[in-house]
Amino acid sequence: MKVAVITFPGSNCDYDLYKAIQMVDGEASFVWHRDRGLRGYDAVMLPGGFSYGDYLRPGAIARMSPVMEEVMDFAAKGGPVLGICNGFQILCEAGLLPGALMPNRSLKFQSKDVFVRVERADTLFTADYDAGAVLRIPIAHHDGNFEADQETLRRLEDDGRVVFRYVDRSGEPTDESNPNGSWHNIAGIVNDGGNVLGMMPHPERAMEPILGSTDGRGLFTSILRSLTPA
Amino acid sequence: MSIVDGTSPEDMVKAPHVDPRPGDPEITPELVADHGLSPEEYERVLGILGRTPTFTELGIFSAMWSEHCGYKNSKRLLRLLPTEAPWVIQGPGENAGVIDIGEGYALAFKIESHNHPSAVEPYQGAATGVGGILRDIFTMGARPIAVLDSLRFGRLDSGRVRYLFSGVVKGIGDYGNCMGIPNIGGEVSFDEGYEGNPIVNAMCLGLMKREELITASASGDGNSLMAVGARTGRDGIHGATFASEELSADSDESSRPQVQVGDPFTEKLLLEASLELIASGAISGIQDMGAAGITSSASEMAGRGGSGVEIDMARVPVREPGMTPYEILLSESQERMLVVAEPGREGDVRRILEKWELEAEVIGHVTSDGRFRVMEGDRVVADIPALPLTEGCPTYEREGVEGEEVQRLRAMDLSGYMDLDDPAATFLKVLGSPNVASKRWIYHQYDTTVRSSTAVRPGSDAGVVRIRGTRKAVAATTDCNGRFGYLEPRAGAEIAMAEAARNLVCSGAIPTAITNNLNFGNPLKPHIYHQLREAVLGMADACRIFETPVTGGNVSLFNETDGVAIYPTPVVGMVGVVEDVDHITTQAFRETGDAVILLGRNTDELGGSEYLYAVHDLVAGAPPAVDLLAERHLQNAVLAMIREGIVRSAHDCSEGGLACALAECALGNGETVLGVDVTLTDDLPLAALLFGEAQGRIVLSCAPEHADRVAAIADEHGVPVARIGTVGAPAGTFRITTPKGIVDVTPDVLSKTYFEAIPRIMDAPATGDA
Repeated sequence: MKVAVITFPGSNCDYDLYKAIQMVDGEASFVWHRDRGLRGYDAVMLPGGFSYGDYLRPGAIARMSPVMEEVMDFAAKGGPVLGICNGFQILCEAGLLPGALMPNRSLKFQSKDVFVRVERADTLFTADYDAGAVLRIPIAHHDGNFEADQETLRRLEDDGRVVFRYVDRSGEPTDESNPNGSWHNIAGIVNDGGNVLGMMPHPERAMEPILGSTDGRGLFTSILRSLTPA
Repeated sequence: MSIVDGTSPEDMVKAPHVDPRPGDPEITPELVADHGLSPEEYERVLGILGRTPTFTELGIFSAMWSEHCGYKNSKRLLRLLPTEAPWVIQGPGENAGVIDIGEGYALAFKIESHNHPSAVEPYQGAATGVGGILRDIFTMGARPIAVLDSLRFGRLDSGRVRYLFSGVVKGIGDYGNCMGIPNIGGEVSFDEGYEGNPIVNAMCLGLMKREELITASASGDGNSLMAVGARTGRDGIHGATFASEELSADSDESSRPQVQVGDPFTEKLLLEASLELIASGAISGIQDMGAAGITSSASEMAGRGGSGVEIDMARVPVREPGMTPYEILLSESQERMLVVAEPGREGDVRRILEKWELEAEVIGHVTSDGRFRVMEGDRVVADIPALPLTEGCPTYEREGVEGEEVQRLRAMDLSGYMDLDDPAATFLKVLGSPNVASKRWIYHQYDTTVRSSTAVRPGSDAGVVRIRGTRKAVAATTDCNGRFGYLEPRAGAEIAMAEAARNLVCSGAIPTAITNNLNFGNPLKPHIYHQLREAVLGMADACRIFETPVTGGNVSLFNETDGVAIYPTPVVGMVGVVEDVDHITTQAFRETGDAVILLGRNTDELGGSEYLYAVHDLVAGAPPAVDLLAERHLQNAVLAMIREGIVRSAHDCSEGGLACALAECALGNGETVLGVDVTLTDDLPLAALLFGEAQGRIVLSCAPEHADRVAAIADEHGVPVARIGTVGAPAGTFRITTPKGIVDVTPDVLSKTYFEAIPRIMDAPATGDA
């Protein structure tokens, strides 16, 4: 599996993502935002961070980077695209995913472990999880409050495009377990085609026991398996 | 007072004549005084130059001979600190200290204060403090891997203190989060002693391969000096001089122009660009333009390189037209670096900076004449011998006499505070004091897990970061108890060292080296100089006994407002090496049925305790006695136990005493609260037994079958040991039984008291000034 990790000025989870891909025996390369050429890659990942300092709005400037045109093409052709945290924000700004990530309801940066429930285990990103599984994954963001208009929310729910939801340890999507005020406790969604996933939690930080959780591995192994002919 | 060192003026080559720049003010005694130079110091300037300085030169001397840059009141004392060990690669005098941590890796680390700016503009003051310390680390060639922050404020019931506190926390968070450097710990305390002057110290650790080390020196006649990064603006002018003065009630408004404004996004680009520059071999030296901006970076690089420099202010990229050489030289605009390019590599430097969307301009060159020469186009505006400027700052040994008030407080009879009517209620009051309670409100605003290497996050004894590709990790902590320092400065510094070392060994790390931040009041006052000297002496002793040399640090004096000084606060930033990640240990109890063991001995000491402060609003008594050799034995014992793999948890006993330490072990991170059933048999007054802050104590837990082995190892090291109880079930009761009373608290109350104390205070209306 050849994975492009897109690096924008201000990306800061690019290296973590790169190592996470390697940990599941994927082949990772950094692609600088000004570069072109996603040909030959099997998957594209947008890391977390503060692209362009989050100036204007998180992701608003990064989505205009030259490489994003290619990311759009790559996604349009059905290639798997994963955006984590700032990557999710960029995908929303670019229109590859619906909705927007607003400032957390606390108006504070939130950094801690959260529990998310796997809502769909039949996506290419989650096939190695069981549906309903509760994962422990860190979050670290100021703008993770997912919002969309009612019609969009209804469609996301009806079409089963909510992939991860904030829950408590027992798997219940309570208000207390919602770290940022996201509507319907949404932590991650996919596009219509199911090939573009955006999520606020950081699975790349939950890959090894020493980090407190290995629950993020399933995401990367799922993508790898989807790309490796059986 | 006596001037004790500095190059003798007679030895110096006199500076050539420099015409005053049109429009510059005339040099008068008032102007000299405004620049913070005493008449004696000004005489020295005249001696060095052999003539009257120009306005620009006066500004340069003012900055370089400020306490912040010149350490004129502390240098003499700092020489008493041990700085050497076989593992020290770089000691004091560079941007940061560097130690060898094995397997080809080196660790750069340093702490720095941003107290004065944070007092007048907490958000930017704290943010730029983080920015500055990060630059100190990556200019050594190291990639920053962790940040810690050591913070002190007045009482949290005051609206102004809350404004400072929340602004500082947000400033640190926004800057570090954007940079992608995890915050792994630190400390926060709240006490009247910091009402006027908050203390904001930021520490950073960076990792490099040994061979990647680069220094901040300028050598090679003719080599280009290049300004890289952000442009120079009119912010922070004379920040270094400002940081070396007392504040007054109107400092808020009038001093804002001396506070810098940070841009972490630019810094992130500068970080990547700098590391790429160093790796490219296109530069031979690099220095942060921090305090005193271009002036200090250029003159210090020349001083270290034994060379001279000539820089042209007309070539410095500026943010606005019309800036004078004086302003450009003394601006403390953030996110700038000065680099020395290898001959002919200027183009490579530019290309790397361009990739990161930053500027690089040649602003001058290295010379061999030993002078710090500043041009404005063709005009010379300053021409000063570099070495007397950087090294010739007069240093003083002041008179130090202990204050009478402190002697009275220390001698106070505390016997009336030894008994407790309602031990459980008093316990909850101490546990819920913001000084003891969970600091989650703070560190949930900091990214603690970015870089995917944080093995122990804030909330345990020390933060721990693993080193990828090895079995090793590094641990770091910052510690100081200002009340102890106030009551007895030498003991205060020794305790800060002892606590830091205990925090590291409890995390499974070998204490290896320290960086220090000496925060004090005005050293011209004898009782303050006494505090400074005593603290340095105590720290020096502990450094020797613990074999933890000082590799650098920061001195912040004049922390006074309207004549009232802060508590003497010698903050210790200690780093340790974890030899194997399997040794990493945290404070939380883990298994029901485990034995709870106390290492060290309980005493009847209550002086300077959090109990006296939180319950009786009293700062008095003598700090607990500290036996540095016993501390060293304790450290060795705990490490030996951890290496044998028989320790399930370990926690230092400090603020709030044994009772609060046990509560913290039971609470962990709050997800699963375990019960505690402890019986103490010491025949001691109840308040002292529960809340006394006797030194040399560690609470640990182990499987019951290992309890005997733990006791045997303690015996071998001569460390007192007692099995005091058992870890209870999840959601079990917290119970301490003593001969004079029982503390019995439900886990729910325990948890709410500890975790909700600070959020509850921050959400309540302020009762103090607003």
